[in-house]
Amino acid sequence: MAYGGLTVPIIVMSVFWGLVGGVLPWLVPKGPNRGVINTMLVTCAVCCYLFWLIAILAQLNPLFGPQLSNETIWYLKYDWP
Amino acid sequence: MSYRGMAWPWGSWESCGRRLGDGPWSNKVAMGQESWVRLGGGPWGSGVAMGHRCGRRSGEEPWGRGLAMGQGQEWNRARPHSFVAGVIHPWRVSAFERLLWRACRGYLVASFVEMPEPMEDPATGETITWVIFLISYWGEQIGQKIRKISDCFHCQVYPYPESEASREETMNGLHSQIQDLSLVLEETEQYLAQVLDKVAVALPTWRVQVQKMKAIYLVLNQCSFDVTQKCLIAEVWCPVRDLTQVQDALRQGSYKSGSSVECFVQRIPTSESPPTLIRTNKFTAGFQSIVDAYGVASYQEVNPAPYAIITFPFIFAIMFGDVGHGLLMFLFALWMVVYENSPSLRQASNETFFEGRYLILLMGAFSIYTGFIYNECFSKATVIFPSAWSVATMANHSSWRWDPQPLCDPLPRSLPGLTPPCSAHSSAYLATHPTLTLDPNVTGVFRGPYPFGIDPIWSLATNHLNFLNSFKMKMSVVLGIVHMGFGVLLGVFNHVHFQQRHRLVLEFLPEMVFLLALFGYLVFLIFYKWITFSAADSLVAPSILIHFIDMFLFTSNAGNLPLYRGQVAVQTVLVVLALASVPVLLLGTPLYLCCRRRGRAPRRCPLSPLSPQHLDFAEIFMHQAIHTIEYCLGCVSNTASYLRLWALSLAHAQLSEVLWTMVMRNGFVGLSYVGGVVLVPVFAAFAVLTVAILLVMEGLSAFLHALRLHWVEFQNKFYVGAGYKLCPFAFAVDTGE
Repeated sequence: MAYGGLTVPIIVMSVFWGLVGGVLPWLVPKGPNRGVINTMLVTCAVCCYLFWLIAILAQLNPLFGPQLSNETIWYLKYDWP
Repeated sequence: MSYRGMAWPWGSWESCGRRLGDGPWSNKVAMGQESWVRLGGGPWGSGVAMGHRCGRRSGEEPWGRGLAMGQGQEWNRARPHSFVAGVIHPWRVSAFERLLWRACRGYLVASFVEMPEPMEDPATGETITWVIFLISYWGEQIGQKIRKISDCFHCQVYPYPESEASREETMNGLHSQIQDLSLVLEETEQYLAQVLDKVAVALPTWRVQVQKMKAIYLVLNQCSFDVTQKCLIAEVWCPVRDLTQVQDALRQGSYKSGSSVECFVQRIPTSESPPTLIRTNKFTAGFQSIVDAYGVASYQEVNPAPYAIITFPFIFAIMFGDVGHGLLMFLFALWMVVYENSPSLRQASNETFFEGRYLILLMGAFSIYTGFIYNECFSKATVIFPSAWSVATMANHSSWRWDPQPLCDPLPRSLPGLTPPCSAHSSAYLATHPTLTLDPNVTGVFRGPYPFGIDPIWSLATNHLNFLNSFKMKMSVVLGIVHMGFGVLLGVFNHVHFQQRHRLVLEFLPEMVFLLALFGYLVFLIFYKWITFSAADSLVAPSILIHFIDMFLFTSNAGNLPLYRGQVAVQTVLVVLALASVPVLLLGTPLYLCCRRRGRAPRRCPLSPLSPQHLDFAEIFMHQAIHTIEYCLGCVSNTASYLRLWALSLAHAQLSEVLWTMVMRNGFVGLSYVGGVVLVPVFAAFAVLTVAILLVMEGLSAFLHALRLHWVEFQNKFYVGAGYKLCPFAFAVDTGE
């Protein structure tokens, strides 16, 4: 798939964790465990989204590149696009 | 004959035996001893009494023959004599003999012989080989002396009839009595065995019943009697929601026991602080227990456990992130969860692991997620999306080839990829340079951030730690500040619930301002640098750490460019705000409470240093000062403490990489069939070490550090934890006696 920079991943992940944290709590059936399940869903969505966001933002503008051994370079020149 | 106590469970056979057959048993011992005395003393005594009968003695009684023969004949004719016969403990024989000799010198004849069989001492129960003695004497005084001496030595004396016939008669009588008694004892033993067999079947039930009764009586002992001494009154803590249930249960109990008077329950006012009851199910019980292990929540305080259900496994997973290891952990916990109802699993598995099965399940699941983000699966990266770094483009760039004429100035610039391919030259270049660095400034080399996680090329790079360390350190700091901010936010629930709204303004607000102005700003700097600074200005990129230090010290560093315009002004404002919030935090609540108290009682006597208001103020002020210092210093140190997330994830990654390169990779050296066979033990070693070192040791380590982060760094922002648990009465299953 063509590299779209930041936009496609951020839209996909925001929508996904937004669904998990914002929409699923409304769909949990009523019962004694509803509060706990809702807390779990929201906390999980926030934690996982934040973690992913940190990972992608750290790589957005790298200040230096990877240093590879010449064997790796020989191999990757032809194998990876 | 000897009788040994049989080995029954409680060792009370002897007491049973004693109770049932004490009379006959000790009589039997006595009779046995007496019979031996008679048997032994018979021939000798008859020899003395009828001296001429010496020839009829049997060969088994060699003792006393000579003496008896010789002296008996004379004595029989000379004077009347009497006998004392009995048994004595073998250790006392020599002393007895000596004393007899000294006391009644020459006027007696004493003979000692050991019993052929040992018999049991009725007093102590040990088997002793008694010594039978027969003393022949004449003279009444000597007889008394002898009897006194034998009394002193605790000898058992038996009557010794003079004539042979009566002796024979007594012997026969004794023998028959012994037989009768042994019969009785045998029957008694059989009966006892039957009774004990029946009891052994019913014993476990009885034990449980006794334990239950004991528990009930222990509880009843805690009740007190009322005025009429006819009823018991118990003061109990009961959840308000369950009050009707309790009343129903009491009514049912009274009805079932058939009593005429009903039990009832009444609410009474009390000034004691109630216990804490948090209702959990099998899933939440594990998480509640790890929160309670540090301190049970104070009455009606906010409970951190519902949030810990997710944040604890998440923080664990940050330190443990590996898809393979997380998957193993998840499957192990899944097995325990699916078979949680089978009793064989409960016995087989470790109690701790079984109780925490849901905890381990979530930890494994989150570890799989963070493993994908770190792009580590048994220390290998997976290429789910194509890598963002293009080596081919870099290889065709001018700086990786030897060109006779330089294309442009030496500094690498972004060039269109139209340079003629010169693979031979670039191969020669590569051969002479063992490592080369990709330059993101060259167009086409870096194509954008990897969509999900860390780019797989970093696992092939030799300088991967440079990048990963920077990433993980910043990640730890960001997540730590978010976690702590969330902790401060939870304090709002406490302030609102306990109707202390002044604390919202006087404590929560300054705390939040302090945290966000300093450390929230740090988070902002991190994100800002990530977004705005790229490889183009990599040589002049500012250092966030230097900026942060300069912010506190109000200095500036010429070599460190500002991140944005007006940075110094913004930073000054933030530092002033943070410093201003400290006295508000320190003095706000105490002054407010003092004013409120003074406002309520305006007509008090003039304040003296010992008046309760002053004392209260001092205590509140001290408490608030400690809280302020702890909070402000804690903010700094706790933020640094979150760097353990980086440290442990680095350790885990390095350990798993070492295990791969040093153990597993050696299995791939031989590419033949033999190599395939060699791979099996190599993999076995790899698997054992993975489980032992990486799963168990690293798992426990990450668990411990995640626990510490929760207990100290997170909970000291809002949690008091000074309560005690409600312990309702229950028939607990005892695993041991």
